[in-house]
Amino acid sequence: MSLLVIDNLQVNYGAIKALRGISLKVEPGQIVTLIGSNGAGKSTTLRAISGLVKPASGSILFEGKPIGGAAPHKIVRLGISQAPEGRGIFANLTVAENLALGAFQRRDAGVEADREKALGLFPRLRERFQQNAGTLSGGEQQMLAIARALMARPRLLLLDEPSLGLAPQVTQTIFRIIRDINASGTTILLVEQNANMALDVAHHAYVLEVGEIVLSDAAAKLAQSDEVRKHYLGVG
Amino acid sequence: MSSQPVSVKGSGGAGGAPLRMLWPFALALAVAAFMHFVVGPNFNGTVVQVLLFAGINITLAVSLTMVNGFTGQFSIGHAGFMAVGGYVAGGLVYYLSARFFDSPQIAFHGGILSAGADYRPDPDHPLPLLSRGDLIMIGSCLAGGLVAAGAGYVVGLPTLRLRGDYLAIVTLGFGEIVRVIFQGTGPQVLFTKAQEMRDTPLHQLAWKLGGAQGFNFIPIYATLFWVFLLASITVAAALRLKYSSPGRAMISIREDEVAAQAMGVNVTRYKVRAFVLASFFAGLAGALAALSIGQMNASAYGFIKSFDFIIMIVLGGMGSISGAVLAATVLTILPEALRQFDSYRMIAYALLLIIIMILRPQGLFGIREVWELGPVRRLLARAGRGGSAA
Ligand SMILES: Nc1ncnc2c1ncn2[C@@H]1O[C@H](COP(=O)(O)OP(=O)(O)OP(=O)(O)O)[C@@H](O)[C@H]1O
Ligand SMILES: [Mg+2]
Repeated sequence: MSLLVIDNLQVNYGAIKALRGISLKVEPGQIVTLIGSNGAGKSTTLRAISGLVKPASGSILFEGKPIGGAAPHKIVRLGISQAPEGRGIFANLTVAENLALGAFQRRDAGVEADREKALGLFPRLRERFQQNAGTLSGGEQQMLAIARALMARPRLLLLDEPSLGLAPQVTQTIFRIIRDINASGTTILLVEQNANMALDVAHHAYVLEVGEIVLSDAAAKLAQSDEVRKHYLGVG
Repeated sequence: MSSQPVSVKGSGGAGGAPLRMLWPFALALAVAAFMHFVVGPNFNGTVVQVLLFAGINITLAVSLTMVNGFTGQFSIGHAGFMAVGGYVAGGLVYYLSARFFDSPQIAFHGGILSAGADYRPDPDHPLPLLSRGDLIMIGSCLAGGLVAAGAGYVVGLPTLRLRGDYLAIVTLGFGEIVRVIFQGTGPQVLFTKAQEMRDTPLHQLAWKLGGAQGFNFIPIYATLFWVFLLASITVAAALRLKYSSPGRAMISIREDEVAAQAMGVNVTRYKVRAFVLASFFAGLAGALAALSIGQMNASAYGFIKSFDFIIMIVLGGMGSISGAVLAATVLTILPEALRQFDSYRMIAYALLLIIIMILRPQGLFGIREVWELGPVRRLLARAGRGGSAA
């Protein structure tokens, strides 16, 4: 069974039709990427999954259960968390407090172990544990956003442009860690503008254009297709 | 750098849950007793009055911190909740005293804890620590706090669902409605009219709160003891909240509402909780204010009064409890201390505020507490090392 199934999802912002009936699937254990140019509706898709915007129509199934239109805190509880676009870190709170908030919906005993695991993935965060998150560098803030989302112990992790505004080397590090997270069993839906990197780590890819899915294939295949090479990889 | 895991959630201490719950109350009692029995007798009535207002303002500023400081909602109706608490408690104490003590005059029937600064022990008629009058007073204050909390719920639930500055507008309107309602109440039944007092049923007396003339002759029960008991409990509750998981959730809303939602924080619920809690403490503070000046007048509780508290928390640092305590204390005492400069007083006061806000736009302590600031932390650490070395 697919972990996430979106069927004919439409989302509007007032008169703006941001998603015009998209359908996609995320298989458990995979990294699925959603690429597309500015304003295509990538963030809107993730916001709809997280319950931050309400769908106008269509369905979202997580582990077979409909979650479309549910409140965000209920969706987090079901096992979906997000590192939002622009990171959304709590600047006046410490790294420790940010991580604690990531586990806000959890009542189980594994929180401390998971924090150690997250700090193991991002040793920089351990060094800056009691520092205000607002004083971190851009790359470190992105690491915090991902680590914080992991604190919810998600079965589906949503990442919205983790490479945004980062130097190539930091981007490399982040993508290596994304691979590690996936290797340890977390399914990931990754939104990226950096199609090169995204297609490199992902198993499957969707291309979104002005609110509609125009291409869908195995990531390796899409990376070879002329259209994608021309429009998204800047080759040819 | 330290690399050992630092526990973010409070780990179980040796004392166990009941003790951990109780020690703030013990501490609050100690502070209150110290103020009442040690500080109070050493000062004249004017100074004590200023201290009373300092304690009341601390309670109001710290409670407002929970809304404007923690969740980042902008309420300009704090004085309105204070008025609700003041009228409810003042009315109850006044009319219940008339009923219970059946005296031709509404007199003070408190014990030692409620006896003012001018009280001199009389060996022939020793006052008990607590008397029946005190029980009426405590019950009335709690009622005032609860009604204010209820009002907070009614105002907060619809507005806090909406994003943005709706709360500011609605609380502004709320303050005005409160004023109009209390100014529209019936004339106060004076203690000289014992017959009328006896014959009118309580639920009708509840509406006779003096209208535009204000409500007067409220027995004076508020002493340094009660005022600083409330202030200490409010501070302890706010500190506890700030470092708890729900408190962090509230602060995350102020930091980034959408990200807070993405973390699974039920944003509306926590905004409403903060607002109701703040209204409760504001109601209690209003109750003690009424019982310290002996009268209520709704026109004194408009948004201008609310702005006093906003200035206090902006100055202290939005979200800093120790900052709110310091600012409330200074901003209560300073205008009194500057009284000799008379007409220059308000100019000096305003100038001081402007200078501080230019030098420290984030307020004195920002969102942090005084002991969390870098220099203070280093000082504490050095003192700690010195102590262990000795
Ligand atoms: N809050 C909003 N109100 C109105 N319109 C919005 C809002 N958020 C997004 N939109 C519009 O919806 C469309 C899709 O936006 P979305 O943020 O999903 O794009 P995106 O693919 O994530 O783009 P980017 O790569 O720039 O982040 C855009 O046309 C955008 O202008
Ligand atoms: Mg986007």
